[in-house]
Amino acid sequence: MNMFSKKSPLTWAVHISVVLLVALWLFPTVGLFVSSFRTADQIANTGWWKALFTQERQAPAIRISGEEAEIDGRFVISGNLFESDEVEISKWGTSSRAPEAYAPGETVDVGDGASLTVTEDGAFSLAAPQSFGDSRLPRVFTTATRPPEFTLENYRFVLFDPGNREGMARAFFNTLTVTIPATIIPIVIAAFAAYALAWMRFPGRALLIAAVVGLLVVPLQLALIPLLRLHNEIGIGKGYLGVWLAHTGFGLPLAIYLLRNYMVGLPRDIIENARVDGATDFQIFVKIILPLSFPALASFAIFQFLWTWNDLLVALVFLIDATGETTVMTKQIVELLGTRGGNWEILATSAFVSIAVPLVVFFAMQKYLVRGLLAGSVK
Amino acid sequence: MHPALQGLITIIVGVGGCVGYFYLSNRFLDYVLFPARGEHAGRNINRANQIRPWLFLFPALFALGLYLAYPVFATLWLSLTDRNAGGAFVGFANYSQMFGEPKFWEAMTNNMLWLIIVPAFSTGFGLLAAQLTDRISWGGIAKSLIFMPMAISFVGAAVIWKLVYDTRPAGQDQIGVLNAVWLSFDGGAWSVLVLKLMPIALLAVFAACMGYVIYQALRPLLGREVRRGQIGVWGYVLRGLLSLAAAWMLWLSLGAIPSLFSASLPYGEPQTWLTIPFWNSIFLMVVLVWIQTGFAMVILSAALRGIPEETIEAAIIDGANPFQIFFKIKVPQIMSTIVVVWTTITIVVLKVFDIVFAMTNGQWETQVLANYMYDKLFRTNDWGVGSASAMIIMLLVTPILAWNVYNARKETR
Repeated sequence: MNMFSKKSPLTWAVHISVVLLVALWLFPTVGLFVSSFRTADQIANTGWWKALFTQERQAPAIRISGEEAEIDGRFVISGNLFESDEVEISKWGTSSRAPEAYAPGETVDVGDGASLTVTEDGAFSLAAPQSFGDSRLPRVFTTATRPPEFTLENYRFVLFDPGNREGMARAFFNTLTVTIPATIIPIVIAAFAAYALAWMRFPGRALLIAAVVGLLVVPLQLALIPLLRLHNEIGIGKGYLGVWLAHTGFGLPLAIYLLRNYMVGLPRDIIENARVDGATDFQIFVKIILPLSFPALASFAIFQFLWTWNDLLVALVFLIDATGETTVMTKQIVELLGTRGGNWEILATSAFVSIAVPLVVFFAMQKYLVRGLLAGSVK
Repeated sequence: MHPALQGLITIIVGVGGCVGYFYLSNRFLDYVLFPARGEHAGRNINRANQIRPWLFLFPALFALGLYLAYPVFATLWLSLTDRNAGGAFVGFANYSQMFGEPKFWEAMTNNMLWLIIVPAFSTGFGLLAAQLTDRISWGGIAKSLIFMPMAISFVGAAVIWKLVYDTRPAGQDQIGVLNAVWLSFDGGAWSVLVLKLMPIALLAVFAACMGYVIYQALRPLLGREVRRGQIGVWGYVLRGLLSLAAAWMLWLSLGAIPSLFSASLPYGEPQTWLTIPFWNSIFLMVVLVWIQTGFAMVILSAALRGIPEETIEAAIIDGANPFQIFFKIKVPQIMSTIVVVWTTITIVVLKVFDIVFAMTNGQWETQVLANYMYDKLFRTNDWGVGSASAMIIMLLVTPILAWNVYNARKETR
């Protein structure tokens, strides 16, 4: 039963609305993505949405350089202002006060008897009766249409430049170091507990399930100071061990809840049969329940991975000490927002480095994520 | 030691330790403590089976108790003591100090706005997106693109949206989308249509929705056709709170209409969006709505698909139009899911910290409770007031906690 039958104009309205909605939702992320491939100068001068098209804009001054050659008694330096050959100059100048003074092809006197010609494609020739020697060569201001230009330089700088003290490479590995144990350990602990809550009979079971549901919504903000104090008292202090333990504790309620709900739905016959055949609970759990629960385990693993990877607060409180050696990517980005607020090429690239991994996980394992969400909230 | 190596060792020790603990403790139970042989074999098996669940549960219960349950009470205690006085009990002094701070009330007011606006718009957009994408062939792709912000960290989202809100001085090319769009308005007829009449119409629709919510919430309490016994005490309280919140929103939106009508907008001047009080909070909320809409959409779309076809067919045969089908047949049937989505987003909002921390850090009147608490705990090192504000967050979560526990109990019974 389709309430928008095929030929109805409503169908078109639906298509257009969805296109608009998707565009609106995608637009901000695409902006950051495109920006991460532009140079600082491009980002500062034009909106990223113009980067996708050929555009006319004023380029920063280029100082002429090149080998001097003696031709017919005149000393000539020639070459091209641009590396790309698709640039088309519409105006040029030699001073910042009049950057659009001349048309391409014009020959201009730049003092000391020297003359300069710049043609439409950026080729220049500077000629003078005497050698230029070590004197400063003139600068050229251009207004030119140029095709879209993208660079990987930002990524090289942010990830691989050893001289960049605000680089993301170390933070990337720190985040990874936090994330993997913090994802795996709660799964193991929760799986056993979930099995007990789903398939073992004992007094107080219903109460414990209710308690887990209650703990699901307890804000972790409450845990910060008491646990930090506890960690300091038992000698863990701030560091990886502390953050792993904290993430494990905070992730457990959801893990137990998701896994228990899934395990309860497994067919009773399999488990009863195994019991009759003499299998112990431990064997039933390891050989039957765990393999069958794979979808639920995967769902929780994705949740916990995204949550620990994207987390800022827990890392700030339990991990990052005064030395900053153990900084994670989220913290690094917040830091950059403070110190490099205007350097969008660095900010955008750093942010995208941290976003990329969750996005890949998201698109690769979306099925399990959706399944987990549904199991976690719709009853 | 290299952290990666340390991480690897932790995984091995952690996972190995857990599995080893479970395996060995079970062995111990079955072969040493209560062996299933000899004259008491039957009794021993029963005893072992009584103890075994607790073996399975122990690590989880220990971690839950230590990392979630204990801190609630420890924080409660901290909020009643003074750290500088060596942890002496001071009663409600921290609370009264906090209630005396204007920054706290600013955070409270903002949080209330967040609590209403973000869940409302996320759920609304989510419902719209779910309904629309279920109707088209490429809906799956559209869904995963709208869902995508879920994977992006709040900090990453903050950077993304800071670029949208970026400001350049007048005369330069704007690189933030919002300012670029803003500068395309020049005060002409088009601007009046888009920036005055359209928002006013939207506000009027929003106010009407709020009125409808109040009507729906209060009708069972006033009407005679519904037996009063069906609504418990909590029903009254919840409906009362809901209609109060809706009335506040109704008041705000109606009040905004005349001021919007008479406002003279600074056309042609680039705005620093994040420093305009009130509106900057809205701009921060947009970020969270952007993230949470996908979540609402995924869950509501599943609920919409679960609606029995017969009910819709019957409505079509009875001559209902698409809007009637949506609002009168579909929405009532997925009401319980809408409530679940709403409360889930509410909890996210209560904990929202990263967005404010990264974008404005509570400056320009954008403070929220979670960031206020972080400020108190780790910047001014005032554990008493910090814990007190954490307790306020806990207090706000408690109704949802009670509601969830109540529902879970009903189910397992």
